[in-house]
Amino acid sequence: MPETRIDRRFAVLRRENRGGLVVFVTAGDPDPRTSAEILRGLPAAGADFIELGMPFSDPMADGPAIQMSSQRALKSGATLKTTLELVADFRQRDSETPIILMGYYNPIYIFGVDAFLSEAKAAAVDGLIIVDLPPEEENEICLPSRMAGIDFIYLTAPTTDEIRLPRVVKNASGFVYYVSITGITGTASARIEDVRKAVERLHRHTDLPIAVGFGIKTPEQAAGVAAVADAAVVGSALIGKVTENLDEDGKARPGLTNAVLDFTAELAKGVRGARVKGAA
Amino acid sequence: MEQPDTYRAGPDDSGHFGIYGGRFVAETLMPLILDVERTYEEARNDAAFAAEMGHYLSKYVGRPSPLFFAERLTRHLGGARIYFKREDLNHTGAHKINNCIGQGLVARRMGKTRIIAETGAGQHGVATATVCALFDIPCVIYMGSRDIDRQAPNVFRMKMLGAEVKPVTAGSGTLKDSMNEALRDWVANVETTYYLIGTSAGPHPYPAMVRDFQCVIGEEVREQITDAEGRLPDTLVACIGGGSNALGLFHPFLDEKNVRFVAVEAAGKGVETGQHAASLGAGSPGVLHGNRTYLLQDSNGQVEEAHSISAGLDYPGIGPEHSWLHDTGRVEYVSITDAEALEAFHLCTRLEGIIPALETAHAIAQVGKMAGVLGADNLLVVNLSGRGDKDLDTVARASGIGL
Repeated sequence: MPETRIDRRFAVLRRENRGGLVVFVTAGDPDPRTSAEILRGLPAAGADFIELGMPFSDPMADGPAIQMSSQRALKSGATLKTTLELVADFRQRDSETPIILMGYYNPIYIFGVDAFLSEAKAAAVDGLIIVDLPPEEENEICLPSRMAGIDFIYLTAPTTDEIRLPRVVKNASGFVYYVSITGITGTASARIEDVRKAVERLHRHTDLPIAVGFGIKTPEQAAGVAAVADAAVVGSALIGKVTENLDEDGKARPGLTNAVLDFTAELAKGVRGARVKGAA
Repeated sequence: MEQPDTYRAGPDDSGHFGIYGGRFVAETLMPLILDVERTYEEARNDAAFAAEMGHYLSKYVGRPSPLFFAERLTRHLGGARIYFKREDLNHTGAHKINNCIGQGLVARRMGKTRIIAETGAGQHGVATATVCALFDIPCVIYMGSRDIDRQAPNVFRMKMLGAEVKPVTAGSGTLKDSMNEALRDWVANVETTYYLIGTSAGPHPYPAMVRDFQCVIGEEVREQITDAEGRLPDTLVACIGGGSNALGLFHPFLDEKNVRFVAVEAAGKGVETGQHAASLGAGSPGVLHGNRTYLLQDSNGQVEEAHSISAGLDYPGIGPEHSWLHDTGRVEYVSITDAEALEAFHLCTRLEGIIPALETAHAIAQVGKMAGVLGADNLLVVNLSGRGDKDLDTVARASGIGL
């Protein structure tokens, strides 16, 4: 199988002996133009991977920050089609930063799984994370997406026990996402020691890289996680920078994009220094 | 669509009714959902569980609920012989308690120390809070802020019973949003908490489990109508939000070839206005809240808001087994508007001295449309799924009556 963008990026990280930074932003939040601007700026600000949220009316696994961001995007006209166009636009300028679409199944189901996969492939989407598709529903899109050459990234949680883990990672590809808390996005944070143990446990079941997310809010926390995992995911805290830079009507203030990118740079700095400090 | 040999065999091992149902939930919840399934499987094959269930249903809920011949309504409509299955006479005033006793026992068996639930009209919330008081389990009820306003008496009941009622302001502040919030709570408290879903929807095994706990309705009707009339009914009618009272009545009869089933969705201000809750009548298959089923949604797969004067029917989805029964054609699905339901509410109250819930009034309105067309030898049973005390404010406002 040819090497994918995700594989290549993890290979680079291994050579640099550091963990990666995965940033989550919602496609179309707060408006199409600003969203495209943010996306284009993320690699230079230090994002190693981009998780692009596909807005959904009922984001059941998300906390208030991502719920609101999804609502803003939908209100400004975001659809699965505009999300794919956003990826295609990004790819014209960046051929190496992996893009993983994250969201819920229904919009894809309504779009049509086959049509979605072929358009996603054409737009150079690298992976999918679909929150409400556990391995029990792998026939829906996990297996078809692997056939189409798009990685399907499974979520594992603290509740995923030893008996269940092999089943969950069996058809996983790209990397495995560890949800470090039992909860929704943007709420509680896990203790680094617990994350370290969880990553070790996961590595006993899979050779894939492990990205850890949920509750990582500061450059320090990102650094702590990146020291013990292959990548740290930051979402709600970054969306917080969007929220802080909206005017009363919910429109983007002029400094919004820079605020998001500056925070990304701080996170990247934390992540890049992590292993050196961690090695001591 | 090919007709199956039996309509009572579902779901399959993976929790599907045809293409509907399934387990579309976050991984964090999956181990727990498998645990619920295991516990329920053990329980339903355990004579001790059945005995315990039977004890509470008879001594606490007050079962069997009567089957009442609605003589004046029958004469008024001039057609089918109409019987009411009096679920409104159950403790807490609706069919919801049947399911809550069952799931409360399952939660206890799993050793869970906290119960959460969503509620629309508040009937399920009250029933859950009641069982939690009885079993001494702390209880949190999620209820849309709009529903809290229109169902104040039930909110007060839940609080008196010791439940914490958490208002949900997200979205339209109705049942769908409450279910989202309950799922978020569950993910965060998965070790201690049992989610007591109020209708035959959600991830497997809930649709089957809730249906099974409600089947006592139809099983009793089978005996009662045989005693009263010496034969099985011809027509069964029930309202559907998620669809548990309808499944409870219908399911034991699904393989009786001569029985006709009519399920009534809420048409709100009229299906043509877009302000309704008729998921089967005007929706399409999609995935929400753990199952594939008919949903009200736009062409991009975003779920739309439902509308009904009845808070209990105000949901943009439907239990997955109904979606399958719809596609197979075994059950007829029709809809009744707010205005028609209100009229039936008054009619039932005046003619029979029974104040029905607004949800139930939808089923009665449908009986009003059908009964005259059916012959006098047609035996019709309508599920009087709940009583209407909780709806008096809404009805007074809608009917322009000052209280």
